[in-house]
Amino acid sequence: MALLKVSNLSVTFDTNDGPVEAVRNVSFEIEPGECLGIVGESGSGKSQTFMAAMGLLAENGRTTGRVDFDGHDLLNLTPAEHNQIRGDEITMIFQDPLTALTPHLRIGDQMQEVLRLHKGLTGKAAMELCLHWLERVQIPEARRRLRQFPHELSGGMRQRVMIAMAMLCGPRLLVADEPTTALDVTVQAEILDLMVGLQKEEGTAIALITHDMGVVARMCDRIEVMRLGEYVESGTAEEIFYAPRHDYTKMLLDAMPRIDRPNNSTPLKPLAPGAKVVLEAKDVKVHFPIRLDEGLFGRKVPLKAVDGVSFDLRAGETLGIVGESGCGKSTLARAVLQLIPPTMGSVAWLGKPLEKLGHKGMIPFRKDMQIVFQDPLASLDPRMTIAASIAEPLKTFQPGLTSRQRKLKVAEMMEKVGLDQNLINRYPHELSGGQNQRVGIARAMINDPGMIICDEAVSALDVSIQAQVVDLLKKLQSEFDLSMIFISHDLSVVREISHRILVLYLGRAVELADRDTIYGDARHPYTKSLISAVPVPDPKIERTRQRIKLPGELPSPLVPGAGLRFLPSKLAAGEMDYVPKFEQVAKDHWVAEHDPLEALMKAG
Amino acid sequence: MGMVHDIEQVDRIAEKLAEAEQIKGRSLWQDAMGRFFHNKAAVGSLIILGLVLLFSLIGPAFAVWSNEEIDWARMGDIALEGRPSIATGHYFGLDDLGRDLFARTIQATRTSLMVGVIGSLVAVLIGTLYGAVSGFVGGWVDGLMMRTVDILIAVPYMFVIILLLVIFERSLFMLFVGIGILSWLDMSRIVRGQTLSLKNREFIEAARAAGVGWFVIVRRHIVPNLLGVVVVYATLLVPGMIMTESFISFLGLGVQEPNTSLGALISEGSGTILRGTLWQLFVPLFFFLTIIISLFFIGDGLRDALDPKDR
Repeated sequence: MALLKVSNLSVTFDTNDGPVEAVRNVSFEIEPGECLGIVGESGSGKSQTFMAAMGLLAENGRTTGRVDFDGHDLLNLTPAEHNQIRGDEITMIFQDPLTALTPHLRIGDQMQEVLRLHKGLTGKAAMELCLHWLERVQIPEARRRLRQFPHELSGGMRQRVMIAMAMLCGPRLLVADEPTTALDVTVQAEILDLMVGLQKEEGTAIALITHDMGVVARMCDRIEVMRLGEYVESGTAEEIFYAPRHDYTKMLLDAMPRIDRPNNSTPLKPLAPGAKVVLEAKDVKVHFPIRLDEGLFGRKVPLKAVDGVSFDLRAGETLGIVGESGCGKSTLARAVLQLIPPTMGSVAWLGKPLEKLGHKGMIPFRKDMQIVFQDPLASLDPRMTIAASIAEPLKTFQPGLTSRQRKLKVAEMMEKVGLDQNLINRYPHELSGGQNQRVGIARAMINDPGMIICDEAVSALDVSIQAQVVDLLKKLQSEFDLSMIFISHDLSVVREISHRILVLYLGRAVELADRDTIYGDARHPYTKSLISAVPVPDPKIERTRQRIKLPGELPSPLVPGAGLRFLPSKLAAGEMDYVPKFEQVAKDHWVAEHDPLEALMKAG
Repeated sequence: MGMVHDIEQVDRIAEKLAEAEQIKGRSLWQDAMGRFFHNKAAVGSLIILGLVLLFSLIGPAFAVWSNEEIDWARMGDIALEGRPSIATGHYFGLDDLGRDLFARTIQATRTSLMVGVIGSLVAVLIGTLYGAVSGFVGGWVDGLMMRTVDILIAVPYMFVIILLLVIFERSLFMLFVGIGILSWLDMSRIVRGQTLSLKNREFIEAARAAGVGWFVIVRRHIVPNLLGVVVVYATLLVPGMIMTESFISFLGLGVQEPNTSLGALISEGSGTILRGTLWQLFVPLFFFLTIIISLFFIGDGLRDALDPKDR
């Protein structure tokens, strides 16, 4: 018998603009112990289905249909009856593990609250059970963590606590709503492994809500594909991945960038032989002073966000910069553009050094060096029409234009980036995320720059839109011989668009090579572990692949010796300030000095 | 050949553009206006305030007596003969000196509204610019500018105004100066806070990356995005100004005869209440309360309409 049976469920929200049907007539079942994946893009209603089942809908939501869980009709329970089932039989983990934990309660107290409510368990017995589960989810120094507050733990550790809390009462269904979306790839891989293990050992059924086909490929037995509030296709993982029937499923699979092979819809334009170097960064350092509460007046220490990175960029080339959160990739981009003045080192555009120019002197160079930001909506002034936003750089660099000429140029650029000219008087809040990002690209391109920096420019977009924007960038590059720096945490997207790739770790470069070398012949253990952590949207490959797991977590850059994580031999020798050398191991293949992988695994 | 193609291309785009320009977007302001006009209390208050304004502007056309004339015939027994009456032409009755209260109320309403509007205009102009510059420039400039505000705010507001009015002659101008120089302090703090949060938004960074100078950024990007907060705060500032003025006039330090304000009229009316001339208190009090309450409702409506969380 099915554990959870949803029949003809609809969810409608009453809004100021009339009723909105978020979920339409959805039916599905979850068997005990299986993992069901619900896949869809943003706004497809995938979370609301389970919010309705859990009785957690927003106040303006209404439901019709039936949701049966083990003999209970979930839609017609009183809040008190719902509380009996929630947290005991069905538990939930959310995308953001910081907001899901109460900030003023210690980890141990939060966990014991669940036990007291559902099992009547308190005191030492409860504490022992909490400790047992923290150990099960592989949290190091579990006993100490019980006394800590949520903000003292890293993102990955918080998500482990959430999982431990969700598992405390031995639930029969675990609803995981984008559980790894906010985490770095290596942490994501570990959390997913943990969930697979728990599913097997405890026999807990998992409903995994996600937009990431790769995650689904690793985890799920069966898959439901959701689009605009409806289930368009359902089947086993093999059926969905190897024989998709619905056009939307096919489109999702095609749009998903893959780390194991590039998608060749728009080929990358090869570099012209002997292309000249346009940008040269040498030993760039950006240090922020951080105040530590030590002693009477505190003490300032430098946070080395970027700590000596060098690279060059040729005309028409894309350099991908990848790394996990906090590795300094965005700071490096801003240092190159002098938006944050570098503490040390030099940046030269066409041979002219930029670092001593100051605000005014930098302005003529800004025409040639542009940036596209991560959040398309936040990077546009909400009170300006998109035409005014696109035209803004024109006002600075071509002040002689009449407003008519400016409008013509804007309209022309809008056409180039695939925006309908009818949108010219629209405001950003009236456009979709993908359209707004095209506006951002049009603004960067309007003065025909020599280089644009894309700072996580496609990370906030749905996969289908992401693929379109990546294609647009490639097209613009081949049309205008544009150089690009493409910054992303997503190694599969970087593979699509980059000629060469630079891997950063805690503000330092660890590997630099052309893309096929990086993905085929990575030398540095960090690069290897990053690449092996990215899920591949192909269940057979994904489930048999060997991952390279480095021991330990990403340390804070303020910890002494954090930069020597890959050189434990130097740490052991007490050379805390040693700077790993960046050496050329083959033609155009640079790797930072490190101990062999086996030694690292043993050291952990 | 290439030229011909280019010209064709430009023509085609120009044609499309002419078409596209017909389609207007919906700005955040228009959205907010829509929300504001759905708020019944705010719209009602706006209408009432409009009527009061109309009264103060075209009221004199209906007045039989001017605000300076003394009705010698009736001033002997104001409690009896000076009551509000259509027949005598004293619609709101007489004041204690035998002047027409209808004309006096019009005069007082004008003064009070003017004090409120001019006081908040000064606050908005100085406060917005000061706060925006302080927040945007940051660093030691910000520190210096804000500590100055802290020091000024610590000086008791009412004493300063009273002192000013005692040392210099008591005039309407001095009152404006007194209220004006102190009212912008809170405004500048609010604006600075908003600027700080705006400053780190990506669209400001985008403007910097586009080579826009800092003053143009403040004018083109920061100030327009502050306007929502400024408008709300200014609307709520007007009743505060009117109340301050009324309080000072009530103490007998504000507006001097032959000029008057609602506060002064209320003060006079409360002094004579035991003689049975209730209208001398309740007529100006009615106008005072109507103005204050309408302004608060309008300010509230604006705040709901411009609230960024609805975006």
